[in-house]
Amino acid sequence: MAKKNDTNLNLIPASAIKPASLDLDGVRRKLADAKGPKYWRTLEELSNEEAFGEMLEREFPRQASEWLDPVSRRGFLKLAGASLALAGLAGCTKQPLEEILPYVRQPEELIPGKPLFYATAMPFSGYGIPLLVESHEYRPTKIEGNPDHEGSLRATDLFSQASILDLYDPDRSTIPTHMGEGTSWGAFVGEIRSTVLAQKAKQGAGLRFLTGAVSSPTLGSQMHAVLQQFPQAKWHRYEPVHRDNMRQGSKAAFGNYYDPVYNFAAADVVVSLDGDFLSGAWFPGFIRYARDWASRRKQPDKQPMNRLYVAESSSTTTGMKADHRVAVRPSEIEKIARALAAKVGAGGSGEQLTPEQQKFVDVAAKDLGEHRGKSVVVPGLYQPAAVHALAHAMNSALGNIGQTVSFIDPVEIDPVEHTQSIRELADDLKSGKVDVLVVMGANPAYDAPVDLEFESLLKQFSEQSGRVLIQLSCYRDETTEYAHWHMPETHYLESWSDVRSYDGTATIIQPLILPLYGGHSMHELLTVFGGQPASSGYDLVRAYWQTQHTGADFEQWWRRSVHDGYIANSAFPVRQVSARTGAIPSSASAPGGGIEVSFRPDPCIYDGRFNNNAWLQETPKPLTRNTWDNVAMISPAHAERLKFDQLKDQNDHQSDAQNIIEIEFQGRKVQAPYWAQPGHPDNAVTLFLGYGRRKTGRVGSGYGYDAYSVRPSNAQYTGVDSKISRLDKQWHVAVTQGHFNLAEPSNKDFSIDQREPVKAATLEEYRKDPHFAAKDKVTQENEAPGPDETLYPDYRGSNWYKQYAWGMAIDLNSCIGCQTCAVACQAENNIAVVGKEQVQRGREMQWLRIDTYYQGDAANPQAHFQPVPCMQCENAPCEPVCPVGATVHSTEGLNDMVYNRCVGTRYCSNNCPYKVRRFNFLLFSDYDTPSLKLGRNPDVTVRSRGVMEKCTYCVQRINAARINSEKRGNGPEDRIRDGEILTACQQACPTDAIIFGDINDPNSQVSKLKSDPRNYAMLADVNTRPRTTYIGAVRNPNPELESGEKA
Amino acid sequence: MSFYDNPDALPPKGVRPPIIGPGQDLGTVTDRIGGVVLTRHTPVFWIIIFAIAAMLAGMLQTAIGYLLFKGVGIWGINIPVGWGFAIINFVWWIGIGHAGTLISAILLLFKQSWRTSINRFAEAMTIFAVMQAGLFPLIHTGRPWLAAYWLFPYPSSMGVWPQFRSPLIWDVFAVSTYFTVSFLFWGIGLIPDFATLRDSAKSLVVRRIYGMLAMGWRGSARHWNRYETAYMLLAGLATPLVLSVHSVVSLDFAVSVIPGWHTTFFPPYFVAGAIYSGFSMVLILAIPFRYLYGMQDFITLRHLQNCAKVMLATGLIVAYSYGMEVFFAWYSANKYEWGMMWNRMAGPYGHYYWMLILCNIVLPQSLWFNRVRSTPWLLFLVSLVVNTGMWLERYVIVVVSLQRDYVPSSWGMYWFTKWDVMTFVGTMGFFTLLFFLFIRFMPAISIFEIRSLLPQSKVKE
Repeated sequence: MAKKNDTNLNLIPASAIKPASLDLDGVRRKLADAKGPKYWRTLEELSNEEAFGEMLEREFPRQASEWLDPVSRRGFLKLAGASLALAGLAGCTKQPLEEILPYVRQPEELIPGKPLFYATAMPFSGYGIPLLVESHEYRPTKIEGNPDHEGSLRATDLFSQASILDLYDPDRSTIPTHMGEGTSWGAFVGEIRSTVLAQKAKQGAGLRFLTGAVSSPTLGSQMHAVLQQFPQAKWHRYEPVHRDNMRQGSKAAFGNYYDPVYNFAAADVVVSLDGDFLSGAWFPGFIRYARDWASRRKQPDKQPMNRLYVAESSSTTTGMKADHRVAVRPSEIEKIARALAAKVGAGGSGEQLTPEQQKFVDVAAKDLGEHRGKSVVVPGLYQPAAVHALAHAMNSALGNIGQTVSFIDPVEIDPVEHTQSIRELADDLKSGKVDVLVVMGANPAYDAPVDLEFESLLKQFSEQSGRVLIQLSCYRDETTEYAHWHMPETHYLESWSDVRSYDGTATIIQPLILPLYGGHSMHELLTVFGGQPASSGYDLVRAYWQTQHTGADFEQWWRRSVHDGYIANSAFPVRQVSARTGAIPSSASAPGGGIEVSFRPDPCIYDGRFNNNAWLQETPKPLTRNTWDNVAMISPAHAERLKFDQLKDQNDHQSDAQNIIEIEFQGRKVQAPYWAQPGHPDNAVTLFLGYGRRKTGRVGSGYGYDAYSVRPSNAQYTGVDSKISRLDKQWHVAVTQGHFNLAEPSNKDFSIDQREPVKAATLEEYRKDPHFAAKDKVTQENEAPGPDETLYPDYRGSNWYKQYAWGMAIDLNSCIGCQTCAVACQAENNIAVVGKEQVQRGREMQWLRIDTYYQGDAANPQAHFQPVPCMQCENAPCEPVCPVGATVHSTEGLNDMVYNRCVGTRYCSNNCPYKVRRFNFLLFSDYDTPSLKLGRNPDVTVRSRGVMEKCTYCVQRINAARINSEKRGNGPEDRIRDGEILTACQQACPTDAIIFGDINDPNSQVSKLKSDPRNYAMLADVNTRPRTTYIGAVRNPNPELESGEKA
Repeated sequence: MSFYDNPDALPPKGVRPPIIGPGQDLGTVTDRIGGVVLTRHTPVFWIIIFAIAAMLAGMLQTAIGYLLFKGVGIWGINIPVGWGFAIINFVWWIGIGHAGTLISAILLLFKQSWRTSINRFAEAMTIFAVMQAGLFPLIHTGRPWLAAYWLFPYPSSMGVWPQFRSPLIWDVFAVSTYFTVSFLFWGIGLIPDFATLRDSAKSLVVRRIYGMLAMGWRGSARHWNRYETAYMLLAGLATPLVLSVHSVVSLDFAVSVIPGWHTTFFPPYFVAGAIYSGFSMVLILAIPFRYLYGMQDFITLRHLQNCAKVMLATGLIVAYSYGMEVFFAWYSANKYEWGMMWNRMAGPYGHYYWMLILCNIVLPQSLWFNRVRSTPWLLFLVSLVVNTGMWLERYVIVVVSLQRDYVPSSWGMYWFTKWDVMTFVGTMGFFTLLFFLFIRFMPAISIFEIRSLLPQSKVKE
C-alpha cells in the first residue's frame, strides 16, 4: 500500500489534510398580512386556528396509548445491529484463549496513536467519490474527501461518510455458501470449472453477467476479455437509480452518449429542470457542484451572486434553496422546458402554461438571455429524454456549451440503457436461454422493475436443474435466496480496484485493511471465467494500468497515482458537440389525468443499498426530518382533499402518527404513510426507494414500504394515472424536528417569526442594510447585549482566551441541508445510534442537527437549513448548574464535557437554550460487537449509559494540532495555523459552509467571516455569547418575479 | 359513608369548637393514645392498608431495581424534557414535608397550643415525605452509584469537589439538613411519650424497648427544664429551615435561564405552595386517622378548621403567585416569557394548567365557608384536590417549561411511562407503609402535650 505520507516521493503536501484554500387561502392571507419574511416549518403552523383545541383533545389518549404500547421497549432491544443488537450475546460467549504478541519491529511509518491517511475512492452508482481515509493502527476509522482531487476538494457526501460503518457491519455476509450450505472460495473455484468449460463449448451462449453501473477501467477490460472468450455471453447492467433518461437525451441531442460536466462557478444564472444537483451524490459531481454553486453565494457584495431557478416535480433541497421555484407535476416539466426553449431561441414553440408557470418561464428566459455563456440549464435524471435534449439545445443556443457545461465521453464502461438491459435479461431468463447467471453487486430480486417479475424468474431459474446462479454480494439479500452460489463481496476499503469520478478522472482504489470476512472482489470473481491468469485484485489492477502507462517510469507513476488518489491527466477530454437542430420529439408520457407518481432515491439510504447502515437510517431526511422510514410525499392541498387532519397528524414532535394512503399505479398497490410536504406539486405523489426490504441485516429489517413493488419498467421515474386512497391505518414516523404550531395568529410573540433563529434577506434588503441579521426584528436594535452589560467579571480579565479562542461561523447561505456534516460528526465522535423507538421518544444522539425552517407560501416555500452544533457559549448556562463540575469552561473558550465525572442529572441540557446536549438515557453505545470496536475513533471516548454528551468542536483534533504546534516550538510563528484544525463537520461540508478557527487571530478565516456584517448569534438576546455564529442568508430573487410572488 | 358523627356536630354559631373534647382527663388521654400502641390487637383495617402499602412499596422496589439495571431511559424523559416525574415528585413530596416542621416549630414559637394534637404525626409525615423526596434526586441521575457520593463534599484524594454554584448541590445540603433537624425534633418530642409507654407497658419486652427509646427519662423537673430548653432551641433552628428548604428547591428552577423557571419570586411562591400542600396532607392523614381510631376528642373540628384556614391563606398566596407569573410574562414584554405563558395556557399541556387552576384556586375557595371547614369529609376531598393540584403545578413548571423553550426546532413532548407511574405510586405506598408502622408503634399524638392542655394541668400561679 502506498501511503499518503510516503516520504520517498517528493509529492506530498506538508500535512496529509491540506488546509482548505478553502387550507391554503387562509395561509396566503396570513402571509400577505405579515410584514417582512415569515418563517414557519409546517403547514399546520400556518393554517391552524383551532390547533390548540385539537391538542387539548389529543393529549391524554396519546399518553394512554403510549403506555400500553408493548413495542417501545422491546423494540429497542432488537434494535440496530450496528449499535445495540445482540450486544449481550457476544458477551455471553466464552472467549477462546488467544495469544497476543507485541510488534517485534515497529512497522514502517506507524507511530501508535498517530493516524495515517490513504487516498482511495468509493465507487458509487458508477462514479467514484475521491476519498482520503484515516487509518489508526491500520484500521480505517474515518472517511474524508481527497483534498487534491478536483471532484472532492476535501468534501464528501453522507454516503461515503457512512460507508465506513458498512465495512464493520456485523451483518455482512461472512461465508460463501452453496445451496445454503457453507463452503469456501476454493471449493467454488474448483466446482464451477466444469460449468465454465461447458459454457466455453457453447461460446458462452448461456452465460449472463449482471452488475450495476461500472466505471472501473480494470473491470471493463476484464469484462471485455471474458466476453471475447465467450462471444455469445452478455453483460447486463442495472442500477435502480439509473441514467437512462440522460443517455437517451444525449443521444437525441448529439446522436451519441455523452456525460455533461457542469461548471457552476462560471454560471450567473442556473435553471434546473428537476436537476437536483444540490441534493445528493446520485447527481454525478454533486460534491464539486455544490462547492461551485455555493462559491457564488458566499460574498454577495464582492462578487455577483448567482441566481437559481428551479422547476421541480417534488420537494427537494435544491428546490428549497432556489431563488425562484415552481412546483409542477412531473409531466409538466417538459412543457416548461419547451416553453423555455422557445423563449431562449432553441427552437420549438411554446406550450400552454398556467400564468404562474408562464411568468416563471418568461423571467427565467429573460435572465438566461441576458447571461449568454454564463448561464446553464440543468436537466434532472428523473425527466424524460426530451427534457434533457431540450436542455442541451438551450445550452447550445445560449452559448453555454464549453463555458458552463461541457460534454465528455460517458464515464460508465460501455454505457447501456439499464432498463432495456435488464429487460433483455428477463426475456432471456424467460425463454430459458440462460444457464449461468452471475450477479455481482446487484440485487435484482429486490430492485428490478416490478413488471419483469424478476424474483419469480429467478425462482424458476434456480429451481431448474443444470442452471447456476452465482451471486457476489456484501449482504445476504433478496437475491441470495435464489443463488446457488453466494460469495461474500469485499468492501471497497478491503480490495484493490479503480474507478472514475464524474469528469473521468481515474482513481486507484487501494484497500486499507485485509478483508474482514474473507470476501472477494468482482475482479477476482471474473478471473474464474478465465479472463486473466493473475488472481489477486492488486495484480489485476496493476496489470491493467501497466498496459495504459507503458513508460519505464511505471513504478514511480503507479506509486504516485496510488498515493495521490487520482491518476494525473486522466480526466476525459471535452468533446466538441453541438446540439442537433430541429424539433425534439415529445416524450411518450403525455400528461394524463389522475395523480402523477415520482420515484426518487431515498436521500439517506439511496436505492436500498445503505439499508443496513444505522447511521444513515438515523440521519433525518432533509425537509421531512423523519428517520428510519420512507414516506409518500403529497401536497398539503392534496392532504386536505383527502380529509387528513394534518394538525392532528403532524403536530407533535418525535412520533408523528401518519395516516396511511394506498397508491395504486398500473394496477399495483402499495401502502405508505402520507406526508404533506410544503412545496410539493399538487396531484402528484413522490415515493422513495430503498425501504421495505424483505431480507437484509438486523438494522434495516422492518422499516418503510417497498416503492419498487409499484415501479414498472415503463415508468421508472415518473408515471401518470395513479390513484390515491386513504386508509384508516396509522404509521408512526420517527421525526427529529417538531411539527408544532408556531405562528399562533393570536399571539405573535410565540411565532418563529418573532424568534428568528434564522435570518434572511433579499439581496436588495441586504444592500440597504448589511447588518440586518444582528438586529432585533421589532426594535431594529442590536440584539446582542453589549459586552459590559453583565455583573460578572469577564473571562478575559482572568487571563483566559489569551492563547487561542476557538470559534465557528456557519454560512446559512451556503448550507444546502445535505446532512453530510451530521454523519461526519457521528463517525468522528463515536456517536451511538438509538433506533426508531428511541427517536420517537426524542432521544436521538446526533450532536449536530440541521434545523429546517420554511419561508413563504405553503404551496411553494423556500427553506433555510441551519446546522446547530454546540454553541460553545462564553456565558454558558450549562456550566454553573452542574453539581459535580462535569461541564467546565476551558481557557480557550470551549465548554468541555468531562464524561468520567458526569453523573447525569441532565440539568445542563435543561438549561441549554439551544438544546444541543444529548444524553445516554440507556446504554446506547455497543460495547460488545467486536467488529464495531475496530471502526471507532480511538481519540474519542465511547460514552456509557447515564452520561451527557455534546459537540466538542472536535477537541481531539484541536489537541492533536496543539501537540504539533508545541513540537514546532513556543514562538508566535509556531502557533496552530489557521486551517490546521478542521472540525469533522467542516471538513466534510460540500459547500464549505462551516468555518472553524481561532478568533484571536484577526486574519483567520473564521475571524474574517465573523466580521461580516451578516454575522449574528442565535438567541443573542439571551446573552449566552455563543462562539458559534451564523452568517445570515441572502437570497437573490429576480426583482421582476419577486414583486409578483409576494402579491 | 361519612366520618360524620357526634363529636363533629357543628357547634352553634359564634362558638369555636374546643381543642380537646369534653370529658377527657389525664388518665383517659394516656389510655386512649397509648392504647393504640400498647394493645395486642391490631385492627383489621390496619392490616389491610398495611398490606396494600407493602405491595406498593414492593412495586417501588421493582421499579427502582429495573431502573438501576436499565437506566433512566425506562422513564418518559427525553431531550428537551430532561426532568419528568422524578423531579415533579421530589418537589411535591418535599412540599408535603413542609407542614410538619411548620406546625412543630413555628406554631410552637407562636404558642399556638392547638398544634399539640397534630404536631406529632405531622412531624412523622414530614420525615417520611422527605424520605420519599430524597429518593428521587438520587435515582433520577444517570449514574446514581456515583451521584450518591459525588454530590457530597468529601475529601477526595484527587482534590475534586462538588460544583458549589449549582443549585443541585444546595439542594443536597438543604434537604439533608432539613431531614436531620426534623428527625431530631421529632425524636426529642417522642422521649417523654416513650417514657409514658414504658411505664404503662405490660409486657417486659415492650417495656425494655420503650425504655431504651426513652433514654432514661424520669420526668424530673430538671429533665423537663432541659427538655423544654432543647425543644425551644430546636424549634428556633427548624424555623428558618421551613423557609429555606423549599426556597432552595425553588432555586433549582429559578437559577436556570429557561422561561417559566427563571423567576425571582419562586422562593416565596414555592414556600407558600409547600405549606399549602403540607397542610392538605395533614388533613388527608388526620381525618381518617381520627375517625378510624376514634380520636375525635383530640383532633377536634377546631384543628381541622385551623388547618383549613392555613390552607386558605397559603392557597391565596399561591393564587396571587399564579397571577403574578402571568403578569410578569406580559409586563416583561419578553417574547420567550410570553410564549411560555401562552404555551402553558393554550399549548398541548394547556389542560394541565387549567386543571391546576381549578384544583389549587377555584375549588379551595369553598374553604371560605364555615360549613366546609367543619365538615371533615368535605375537607378531606378538598385536601385531595389541593394535593392533586400541587402535583399538577409541578408538572406544569417542570415539563411544560422545558417542552417548548427557546429554539422551536427542538421543541418536544413528554409522555410518562408505566415505570414513571410505578415509581410515583410506589413512593405513596412506601410513605403509607412507614406511616402505618408509626401509628402502630409510636404515639401518633403527643401524650404529654395533650395532657398539658387539660384543665387539670392548668396550675394557677
